[in-house]
Formats: sequence, structure tokens, C-alpha cells
Amino acid sequence: MAVTVVLPSVLARFAGGQRTHASPAGTIEEVLARVAQPYPELGKRLADATRDGNEFVTVYLNDEDTRFSGGFETYAADGDEVTIVSAIAGG
Amino acid sequence: MTLAAIDSSVRPVPLKCGHCASLHEPLPSAICPDCFGPLEPVYRPGRRLPTQAEIARRPPSLWRYREWLPFDGEPVHSLDTGFTPLLEAPRLATRLGVARAFIKNDTVSHPTLSFKDRVVATAINAAHGLGLGTVACASTGNLAIAVAAHAARAGIPAWVLVPEDLEPAKLLAAAVHGARLVRIRGRYDDVNRLCAQLADRFAWGIVNVNLRPYYGEGSKTVAFEIAEQLGWRLPSAVVTPMAGGSLISKIAKGFGEAIDAGLVEGDRPRLFGAQASGCAPIVRALESGEDRVTPTTPNTIARSLAIGAPADGGRAIEAIRSSGGFGARVADADLIAGIRTLAETTGVFAETAGGVTCAAALALAKTGWFRPDDEVVLVVTAHGLKTPDAVPLDAFELPLLSSRLSEVARHIESA
Repeated sequence: MAVTVVLPSVLARFAGGQRTHASPAGTIEEVLARVAQPYPELGKRLADATRDGNEFVTVYLNDEDTRFSGGFETYAADGDEVTIVSAIAGG
Repeated sequence: MTLAAIDSSVRPVPLKCGHCASLHEPLPSAICPDCFGPLEPVYRPGRRLPTQAEIARRPPSLWRYREWLPFDGEPVHSLDTGFTPLLEAPRLATRLGVARAFIKNDTVSHPTLSFKDRVVATAINAAHGLGLGTVACASTGNLAIAVAAHAARAGIPAWVLVPEDLEPAKLLAAAVHGARLVRIRGRYDDVNRLCAQLADRFAWGIVNVNLRPYYGEGSKTVAFEIAEQLGWRLPSAVVTPMAGGSLISKIAKGFGEAIDAGLVEGDRPRLFGAQASGCAPIVRALESGEDRVTPTTPNTIARSLAIGAPADGGRAIEAIRSSGGFGARVADADLIAGIRTLAETTGVFAETAGGVTCAAALALAKTGWFRPDDEVVLVVTAHGLKTPDAVPLDAFELPLLSSRLSEVARHIESA
């Protein structure tokens, strides 16, 4: 068992076209860092899109917005699903 | 992506990233493929703009301002939406302690009695121009009805996703048009997240997700209409309800464009945003001096404003602050009283968002935000029959009498 990370297609382009990735359990920050490790371009864009003041993507843990649960410090356990979604929507 | 035959008669304009400034051909996306920043429509510089007289000769719809809407060529759908009345409301002006008050009355918007007709009118033309064969939306209700109705008229299949606790009247008004309606267990913000994921999976035009750059521009026409209906003048203050924060940002943009085009002179109006206390992330950010909103979990009967993570919160804050305005949040009891005050002083029956707007205007007046010489416009966005249970019937005296003249006369004389 591992944490499943699901990328939107705009980010999957920088991860070999693969939308679903696996990572050992850890904080959201650690999980995303591990997924991005083989893909420097993904890591760079992910860091830029989530930087304070940008926040162009929202990270969900099992469909719950992590901004309500500790943000990047939220712990993702084995079997959890981390989903990254474009933040520009709604209203 | 499967595309239907592209009709070149209405051509969505290119898009530009608000973050990295990269340019993109017209596409169904709200985010920059390079940096994920927000995409905005790009208007051709130097395009010929109409004069006041030319606009006056055009049909009374939002397309009379089409040079400021994100298309080249002629629109093909929803041609008769917009140009709702601007009503003078002297009795409300007295309550607010201002020189003049007006209601921008989108409760009678055609065809679905809310301002969402405006944004769907532009989005559905974008879907057509981009060759998208299905439209969809995440909605707190009014948008669901507008998407369903405009799509039905255009003959385009529609999927509408709403939170499970939506008011029955809104569910019915969306379902009756034949749209595929799906209720999602969760709140609006869950539906919104889901639609962002669906936009990534299906070749749909989700009007407030991947068609957002074209959708939002429809709201600017509220500002153009207010200016024209005042005889090409600007009011000194405008009060607008806020959910995702798009409407007030686009009203600010519309006033700015009308000034830049030389259609109107003077200072931009002070903009005031109204929210219910149970979901007021934008107003709370204004009160605490923050530039960004902190998402919240909504708890209010004003479901059409119950967006806890407003996508355009930052833009709304910027628009309000730079105009010299502010925000106000009101309790549910006050918004119910606001619905009654609006109806009793102006003859306009609004849904809960209108009650929030009226109650917020009264609160702003009480705290000194209005001047005696102000001309204040309240943007009232949807009809009261959409939320008929908001004002309990037992709040009114409703005597049941016999049909005998003596009994009824006695009642009238004792009233």
C-alpha cells in the first residue's frame, strides 16, 4: 500500500504523461516532493503554483481540501489519495 | 478531445495569462498551460468602439456592448438577455440617508430571473465557437437554472451538478428544461472541485470552470447598463452581493472600460461587497486587512452565496479596496428582514442574496460609509420566488374571513 497521487492533465505533461503516481506515506509536502523527484520540471511548476500568493492549485486528501486540515503538513497515510486540482473555478 | 463542427460566425478571442503573460489561442481552459495562472480574454487593441448614440440604436440586450465582450464576429445564442431595469428607489434612499438610491433589477433577467443569464449568454457562445457539444456547470442554483434554460433553447445537451441541499424551487427550475441534473453529497465547494476534475476528463464546456475567461466577462454588462441607464453617468457607490467574488470584480472592470472608452466621465464608484455572516470569507479578509481569503465552511440560508473558497476572492478584495469601498456581513435574521425591506420600499422581491445586499447597505449606512449626497445602486441579482421559503409565511398577519361585507368592513375599519 502507498499513497496515490493524482495529477491534473496540465501537470501530468511534466510527469511523463502519467496522471497517477504512488508515494510512501508522509506529509503532503513530502509526498509531492517524492512524486516530483524524477521530474524536475514537475517539481518546479508545482512549487511555483503552490507558492504563497500564487496558490493556483488546490490539494485534496481523499476529496477533502487540505487548506482546512493543516495544508502541506497534513499527513497522508497508506491507502489515501492525494488529488491536485486547478484552483481557478467556481462562482 | 472530440470537437463538433466549429461555427466561425462567433469566434472567442485569444487568452492571456494573468501571471506569466503568455498568449494562447482561444481554448476551453481557465488556467495557463505553462504556469497555471488565470487566463483572461485579450481584446484587439485599436478596435473600433461604438459611441453613445450607436449603442442607443442597438437592441436592448447585453450584446449592445459587444465590443467589450470576448468575441469576434456575431453571437448566435441568447441574443435577448440583459438590459434589465434600473429602478429609482426614493423610499430606500431615505432609509439609507442618501440623495438617491437605485435597484439594478436582475430579478427580472431574461429568461431565468437571475444575473447568471448574463454569464451563461457569453459562455454558451464560447462553447459554440470552440466547438464544444455539451455544456455543464457547478452551481449553487441560479447558474444551474440558467445553464439548463440557455442550453435547452440552443439545443445543446447540458449537465448540471449541484449540492444536495439546494432549494426545491431551484432544483425544479433546472430540471424542467431537460438538463441532466446530478445532486452531489456535499457542499458547493465539493461540487466545484468535482467539476474541475470533470473538465479534465470530458470535452465539455463547464461554464464556470474551463469557460470561465469567457463566462465572467458577461458580468461587466451590469456596469455598462448602470452607466447608460443613468444617462451615461456613474453612481457614487454600488453594493453587490459576493459569492465567488467574480461579479464585483467584473463590475469594477466594466466601469473602468466604460471610462477608458470615453463613454462616461468622473470617478469610479466606491464598491461595497455584501456577504452573509455564515459565509463571509471575502468580507472578513477586508475587515482584517488581508489580501487573500481564508476558506471557510458555509453555514447560512443564503445558499446562492455559500461559497467557502471563493475563486475570485483576491480580485474582489483588490477591486473593493482600490475603489475606496468596503464590505459588510449580515446575519441570516437580518437578510430575511432585508428581503422584506427591499420588497416594502422598492416593490422588488429578491431571493436571499438580495436580502443580504439590502441588509448590508443598511449596515453600511449605519456605520457611516455613505454620504448624504451619494447616489447608491444596489445590484439585486435574483428573484424571490426562487427561495420562497426564506421568509416564513407565519411572519405575516393573514386573517381568514367570511365573504360577508359586514365582517370584512369591520376588519378593514379596525386595521
